[in-house]
Amino acid sequence: MSTIAVRKSFLSTVWEYLTTVDHKKIAHLYLGAGGFFFLLGGLEALFIRIQLMKPQNNFVNEQLFNELMTMHGTTMIFLAAMPLLFAYMNAVVPLQIGARDVAFPFLNALGFWLFFWGGIFLNLSWFLGGAPDAGWTSYASLSLASEGHGIDFYTLGIQISGFGTLMSGINFLATIITMRAPGMSFMRMPLFTWTTFIASSLILMAFPPLTISVFYLIFDRLFNSAIFDVTLGGNTIIWEHFFWIFGHPEVYILILPAFGIFSEIIPTFSRKRLFGYSSMVFATILIGFLGFMVWAHHMFTTGLGNVANAIFAVATMAIAVPTGIKIFNWLLTMWGGSIKITVPMIWALGFIPSFVMGGVTGVMQGIAPLDYQLHDTYFIVAHFHYVIIGGVVFAIFAAAHFYWPKMFGKMLSEKLGYVTFAFFFVGFHMTFFVQHFLGLMGMPRRVATFLPGQGLDLYNFISSLGAILMTIGVIVLLVNIVITSMSKQQVANDPWGDGRTIEWALPSPPPYYNFKQLPLVRGQDTWWLEKMEGNKELPPAEPLQDIHMPKGSILPFFIALGLFIAGFGAMYNPLNQVGDGHPMGTVVLIFGLAMTFGTMLLRSLRDDLGYYIPKEELEDDDAKGGKVS
Amino acid sequence: MNLLEQKFTPETWPEHPETYTQEGKNKFIGFWLFLAGETVLFASLFATYLALKDSVPNSDHALAADIYSLELVFIMTAILLTSSLTSVYAIYHMRNYNFKQMQLWFFITVLLGLSFLALEIYEFTHYVYEYSFTFGSSAFSSAYYTLVGTHGAHVCFGLGWITALIIRNQKRGLNLYNAPKYYVASLYWHFIDLVWVFIFSVVYLMGMLG
Repeated sequence: MSTIAVRKSFLSTVWEYLTTVDHKKIAHLYLGAGGFFFLLGGLEALFIRIQLMKPQNNFVNEQLFNELMTMHGTTMIFLAAMPLLFAYMNAVVPLQIGARDVAFPFLNALGFWLFFWGGIFLNLSWFLGGAPDAGWTSYASLSLASEGHGIDFYTLGIQISGFGTLMSGINFLATIITMRAPGMSFMRMPLFTWTTFIASSLILMAFPPLTISVFYLIFDRLFNSAIFDVTLGGNTIIWEHFFWIFGHPEVYILILPAFGIFSEIIPTFSRKRLFGYSSMVFATILIGFLGFMVWAHHMFTTGLGNVANAIFAVATMAIAVPTGIKIFNWLLTMWGGSIKITVPMIWALGFIPSFVMGGVTGVMQGIAPLDYQLHDTYFIVAHFHYVIIGGVVFAIFAAAHFYWPKMFGKMLSEKLGYVTFAFFFVGFHMTFFVQHFLGLMGMPRRVATFLPGQGLDLYNFISSLGAILMTIGVIVLLVNIVITSMSKQQVANDPWGDGRTIEWALPSPPPYYNFKQLPLVRGQDTWWLEKMEGNKELPPAEPLQDIHMPKGSILPFFIALGLFIAGFGAMYNPLNQVGDGHPMGTVVLIFGLAMTFGTMLLRSLRDDLGYYIPKEELEDDDAKGGKVS
Repeated sequence: MNLLEQKFTPETWPEHPETYTQEGKNKFIGFWLFLAGETVLFASLFATYLALKDSVPNSDHALAADIYSLELVFIMTAILLTSSLTSVYAIYHMRNYNFKQMQLWFFITVLLGLSFLALEIYEFTHYVYEYSFTFGSSAFSSAYYTLVGTHGAHVCFGLGWITALIIRNQKRGLNLYNAPKYYVASLYWHFIDLVWVFIFSVVYLMGMLG
């Protein structure tokens, strides 16, 4: 493998990304694909808000509205929020723990391509007979009755991308367990690494129930089984349980890394060590644990009985305790710090009150009797947008500005960053604050329109205007990205000047082998510690020696593509419920699976011993200023 | 210089070849994590099975106690448990750098796994033709076939995996590159075996006696 930097042609760049197993390049892929789906989901949200701008609007019809709101939720959760967080995890976590790559670079690439093909599969539904229309929760009682193949696109697409998520989860867990640099004990790990670790273990425990319930729905709709078919003894509540046993941890899978991102940003720009580090770690673990104990609070009105409701209500409220610990720790980190306002910091400052509002309404819904009033109203919509936008999306935007220089070597414009924040923050509160009141007035969610003269007109109009402001904010961010990408700047290792963790000790972007010599970690906030002692770089933990690197491979792309093809085969197999099956469907299904398993076999049979970067080449890089592309 | 392809003797062979290299360690940890996920997967299948057991559309449909035959299942259990033991022998020989013996015991494991699979296929066809107990005939049958079938699919995959390892490495013998591969394959096999013990207890014993 050559390290010579040459101007690469477009095609060779494409090939490089198709075959890459480098965590930094995979981070770019996640950022690009996740960003694309984020825009798609945002567009769907905008259409929803335009439809609800005035009473009895007919911008879209009821069917299309159902498809839009289903695809908005599904896309945002599975294809935008999680992949965007994976982008930062990939970009940052190996650097933060002082590793040259993740534990399984091949699997990392496979995880991305499974997510990618799953997402494409789901979105092809728009062109192939209609998108899924049973909500992102896709309750079996509803989704079994859905006509056409929309639900099948949902189940198969989610299944394929879910496999990818599971793999990435295992990969991060193994990476953090085995690949930490000498001295990087668990209790010295940066909070973003910690939250990635806990979120990954939630992925490991939460995705299998989803896999199973989605398989049941696939089998029921496409292969004639009867798990949810009440006439044959089935039970649709099983779906609800499994979906929420997955679904509730899923929201912590999203929010914990977001907490991690803010736990990096706040100390950095308060120029002060994170307050209560060990209680932060403890709170993260506790939230992860409690996250599995509360799923039935989504089902208070299902009729599980008062005892079950009471238990889940108490467990739900208990989560407010570790979350509160975190909020106070952030506040106390800033207290007495020398605060510098930057774009990431302003997002963090906006996050704290916004997220607390979402948390408070969450506890309100935990009160089971009150939930009978709130269930399926816009109050719920307001609540989860407050936590998911106010928490996760704010974190994604903050991290975009914070880590952009580390990922691409260029700073996003500060000015445009503030403009984005202003539009998005104001638009966000405009859109969702009034929805609390719409919900309390009884406006049901997931309904395509409302009647005039019920006191709903004004708030809906305000809400829709807010959505437009958010859109402007996102457009400004896109402009910012384009302008920045075209500029010729090149930032130094620690462009914020106050970086605390290991990634800021490396060039921006880091060389493909990350560390010439693995660093010796002498304490928490490793890089800050060295800077305070006047060191210009991290102390090495090993002599300069040849570096072992994994080889790139195109196989992950084809393993994932095989499942994508098999998905179409399953959908059009002769047994399917819609009745448009064809014997060729079975052939395509077998072909797709054969492609996946055949490629896996090929991977297994061919030795992949990687390659070595010779010591001399590393020294050579050093002479050239350590910059390698 | 490449540790992964270095030739060893029984004396120089490390005591735990599966975790000797960084790659091996990663595989070891990663695979245990994967098995944790698989445990949750099967737990979900078991939960559904228990919820839908004997849940059938009408009284003509077969129930658990009508169809299961403990004799057949006992033989299947004995075979699969034995195959777990033979894979232990194989790993024992791997630790001693006895490649031929290791291959042999893995080969025996595959044969036992195949006979288990054959009996399972017989069992399924028997249910379908004797009792019209098909994948779609009731919620109970769907839950049964999904649970036991998922286990069967795992057996199938494990057989393909171990066979591929045996054939691929026949000529070149043991090294630190393939030792972790054999090791995790045997872990996988033990896991399948463990799941079967639960299927035996929860599905068949409780089906007949519970």
